[in-house]
Amino acid sequence: MKFLGFIVVGLAGAILLYGTGDFPDWGDPYSPASLHISKDYIEKALDQTKVPNIVTAVLADYRGFDTMFETAVIFTAGLACFLLLRDFREKKERFYRHTPTGVILHVKAGKKILDGGKEFEYMDKDWVPSDLIIKTVCRILIPFIQIYALYVVAHGDFSPGGGFQGGVIFGSSLILLAISYNLKTLVKRISEKMLGVYAALGVLIYLGIGVICMLMGGQFLDYAKLAPLIPFDSNHIRALGMLGIEIGVGIAVTAVMAIIYINIVSEGRHDEGL
Amino acid sequence: MTDLLALIVAKYNYWLYVILMMIGLYAMIAKNNLIKKLVGMNIFQTAIILFYISIGYKKNATLPIIENVHGTGGGHIYAIDYINPLPHVLMLTAIVVSVATFGVAMALAVRVYQRYKTLEEDELRMRLSEK
Amino acid sequence: MDNYPVLIVVAPLLAALLAGFAAWIEERLSYPIALLGLAVSTFAAFEVLMQVIFFGPIRYEMAGWPPPMGIEYRIDLLNAMVLLIVSGIAFLNLLASYESVNQEIGDRTGSFYSIYCLFVTGLLGVTATGDLFNLYVLIEITSLTSYAMVAMGDRDRGALASLNYVFIGVIGASFYLLGVGYLYIQTGSLNMTDVAIILQDYHGSSTVLTAFVLCMVGVWIKMAFFPLHAWLPNAYSYSPVVFLRVVAPLMTKVMIYVMIRLMITVFGFNYIFKTLNFADAVVILATVAIIFGGVMALAQKNLKKMLAYIIISEIGYMVGGVWMGNQLGMTGAILHILNDALMTFAVFLGVGNIIYQLKDVDFSNLGGLFGKMPWTMAGFVLAAFSIIGIPPTCGFFSKWYLIMGAFEKGAYHFAIALIISSLICAVLFFRVFEICFFPSSSQDNKQKDVHAPGKIEEAPVSMLIVSGFVSLSLIVVGLFSGTIVNMIILPFLT
Repeated sequence: MKFLGFIVVGLAGAILLYGTGDFPDWGDPYSPASLHISKDYIEKALDQTKVPNIVTAVLADYRGFDTMFETAVIFTAGLACFLLLRDFREKKERFYRHTPTGVILHVKAGKKILDGGKEFEYMDKDWVPSDLIIKTVCRILIPFIQIYALYVVAHGDFSPGGGFQGGVIFGSSLILLAISYNLKTLVKRISEKMLGVYAALGVLIYLGIGVICMLMGGQFLDYAKLAPLIPFDSNHIRALGMLGIEIGVGIAVTAVMAIIYINIVSEGRHDEGL
Repeated sequence: MTDLLALIVAKYNYWLYVILMMIGLYAMIAKNNLIKKLVGMNIFQTAIILFYISIGYKKNATLPIIENVHGTGGGHIYAIDYINPLPHVLMLTAIVVSVATFGVAMALAVRVYQRYKTLEEDELRMRLSEK
Repeated sequence: MDNYPVLIVVAPLLAALLAGFAAWIEERLSYPIALLGLAVSTFAAFEVLMQVIFFGPIRYEMAGWPPPMGIEYRIDLLNAMVLLIVSGIAFLNLLASYESVNQEIGDRTGSFYSIYCLFVTGLLGVTATGDLFNLYVLIEITSLTSYAMVAMGDRDRGALASLNYVFIGVIGASFYLLGVGYLYIQTGSLNMTDVAIILQDYHGSSTVLTAFVLCMVGVWIKMAFFPLHAWLPNAYSYSPVVFLRVVAPLMTKVMIYVMIRLMITVFGFNYIFKTLNFADAVVILATVAIIFGGVMALAQKNLKKMLAYIIISEIGYMVGGVWMGNQLGMTGAILHILNDALMTFAVFLGVGNIIYQLKDVDFSNLGGLFGKMPWTMAGFVLAAFSIIGIPPTCGFFSKWYLIMGAFEKGAYHFAIALIISSLICAVLFFRVFEICFFPSSSQDNKQKDVHAPGKIEEAPVSMLIVSGFVSLSLIVVGLFSGTIVNMIILPFLT
């Protein structure tokens, strides 16, 4: 296998290097790639869309159709992780801790599942007492991370950022909660059902805006046609349309990050894990 | 000799991406552990991102975010001052795709481990031929 | 209505999302939603085909931006035909699969329908788009959904087969993406027609040659063309049968379409057959693929695996026909996209019905099926005749065009391989018929008291109706293949 690997790698590398022979020099401002449509994007994007961040303008408007499917890819990944891993069977044995005394109960397979209210806490197999410092620091940090995520989503038009980046940051705040406390804390805050609904909802917002444009008599995703629906600031209508889809993307990405993390880390049982 | 050197200096980014990509491809073909193969897959996809971003670079140009939008500076926008935005857009999509693929592949690896309790390919092959 | 082209793709996506919603709220709603979405898509595809036939190609600019800057859908006769095939087969398959999904997937059927619709969205988007990068994103949607689906099938082997599929699939898609990058650095554009115009000045460039090789290798990996086919047999034989029935006829055929599209629209025949000179080598490779697929199929003991190798051999037919580079070969290849999609669908519908009753299609279990499931087997026989290429069925006509093309080109080895492959298919299927005709002896001892001989245990009615409909359409399409060639394929090629 190793020898075969070397042959394939050598061949593929040789072909790729052969292809670089006719490339323009690296960083050449007059290469074909920088002249044809890229020039148009840079010079016209601000006029046509009123969005100074050209990457956002291209991503969400000129090539917005691509981005919709990109969001669909994210949704697919979440759905695939759920389908592949989710295991609804009850666990065989469980451990509970009596909070006031610290006594640990062992409930064997087939016995009734305890619902001990506040006094009993369901415990992971390899449970360790959570560190007070970590818990406190994370509890303080998480809201700031989330505010920052919202900022990144909302300012995607003007500065580097947008729905994907913001969504990932928001999702990572949820994962931080799961790591610093435990998985159950996260699942208690946002149920599995809500995550599934949010993931679909995010893509649906994107698609819905596109369909509304179509119903208003334009092409699919033609934000300019939204103007009659939004009574203010019709000059920036394309920028507003982009904000709308970025919010949708943000919701979907957040939910899917959490779904993938929860399912992989607990092998689909949603009870214990990192 | 100097010609070749000049060629490499002018295009070293493209040579680097090929080397990086081949490291990933080799890991995917020759490594025995499935997780190492997945890491190779990630390196492979990252190399493509490096390639595209290299296409977009222009010397002496800045980020494609137009300055002085609300100010009085304004004036005409010259394409030569800003790097090419299109490869960045494409790679944003490609990053998302590679993350999604990696997530699904991880889920599959977890399933394989649940079933066979190993992720080494030779052991898996032995298990499969036993039955 | 002007928005039909985009509706073809958006309707299944919308259905996928709503089915995903319904999975959490009221799972029984998922099935009708998915069915409705695919019905709308099929209707739109039909309308678009009619428009294209009567009024010429349609261009649809996404978000109203003119093409090289925005993404455009460009639908001509070839697209329109493949779109209708894909949406139609996906719809019919869903119509037939309510019972088998309940049997095979059990809980979480809602998510299953959602993923199914996403898969179809991906295939339709790949077919409709006129943008090189958009094509890549949609190929990835199809691939991701296939990875998930393959692992859903066989509880034991599915995940491992799927993981190997992931590795190969990622390499294929990445090679395609690299090819697009090489094209972009040379032309600065991503729109297919725009790239084609700029490329005319760069025919000698090593970058374009590399781009072409990378794109072709990427697409060949995805379609499982001969030396790159290793993922297909395992991936297909472990996936759930509902998915198998749609992936086996459609995935490879859509990839053949992508290959034709890249060759005709982007690189151009002049470049491929005049500037480059490895077309003959590809035809030889296709010949090897045909023989290899046939021989490997002979060695299989499981119906699913046998059919998987027949698919590999059918891919050889189409690739060879396209790379023949003459009108007859091309006609044969395009006609075979339609015919092969239909007959593979028909044959797998039969397999699906058998699996619904028997759970397993190892040859040792198939004894006495003609008595037990007469209607299923009738459809299966018709589909098998078509794959072998017996005249009134459609399989014969495309093979005829392919052989004529091979003679015109002087590629006699390809023509001989086609004939040998037909003989091998005949041997394969008559062996299956023989097994199915006589009750196997081991089964007799065990099951005689349970099932009285001659008792009919058919699959559900919905499955039978679809299976019958598709099998009859094989003959209808066969009888009208002259019309199809004259109305769709020849106008497209000239």
